[in-house]
Amino acid sequence: MNAELISEWIAAGFILSGTSLTLLSAIGLIRLPDVYTRSHAASKSTTLGVLFILLGAFLFFWINEGYVSIRLLLGIFFVFLTAPVAGHIICRAAYRSNVKLADRTVHDDLKKYMKAD
Amino acid sequence: MLNFMLQLALLCITISMGILVYRVIKGPSIPDRVVALDAIGTNLICMIAVLSILLDTSMFLEVILLIGILSFTGTVAFSKFLEKGEIIENERDL
Repeated sequence: MNAELISEWIAAGFILSGTSLTLLSAIGLIRLPDVYTRSHAASKSTTLGVLFILLGAFLFFWINEGYVSIRLLLGIFFVFLTAPVAGHIICRAAYRSNVKLADRTVHDDLKKYMKAD
Repeated sequence: MLNFMLQLALLCITISMGILVYRVIKGPSIPDRVVALDAIGTNLICMIAVLSILLDTSMFLEVILLIGILSFTGTVAFSKFLEKGEIIENERDL
């Protein structure tokens, strides 16, 4: 086991775990009942998946070619910063435009505050 | 071995993008479609990262940042349109 092989395995491990998280989030998007739970699946696990994949790519370029890519680090930082914000903002828009919750919902805390406005 | 794993990763990302395209087409409400389109943008970032390892070039790494910024801006614009009916407000309360 030389260093290059080990680095390849580490990068491949990161990339495969990120890919499986991405696939899981897509399955969640197709199976969950309403837009809020779907947004929950999409914003969290897709973000973690893309972080893993970009980290794997960063490690690959760093170890194999000695190239520290600031752009990949900036991409990781930016996706980590903006994906939850995007999920929040689209959920709020969905609630304000009266998209229904799933039928099996038991409790809606936000409703009385929205009526009080 | 690494090549095989990267191709497997590309296949999985393609499958998940297909599932998301199904959600974009079928989605019962507009926010569903916006959520799925945002996730498609994120999957595209994953695909470009894997592809740049596979092709062994670092020329595509700007594209990752660019797609991240564009997909965030698009999602914010869409949700503001859904919430208020316009994206850039013109009138002011004086």
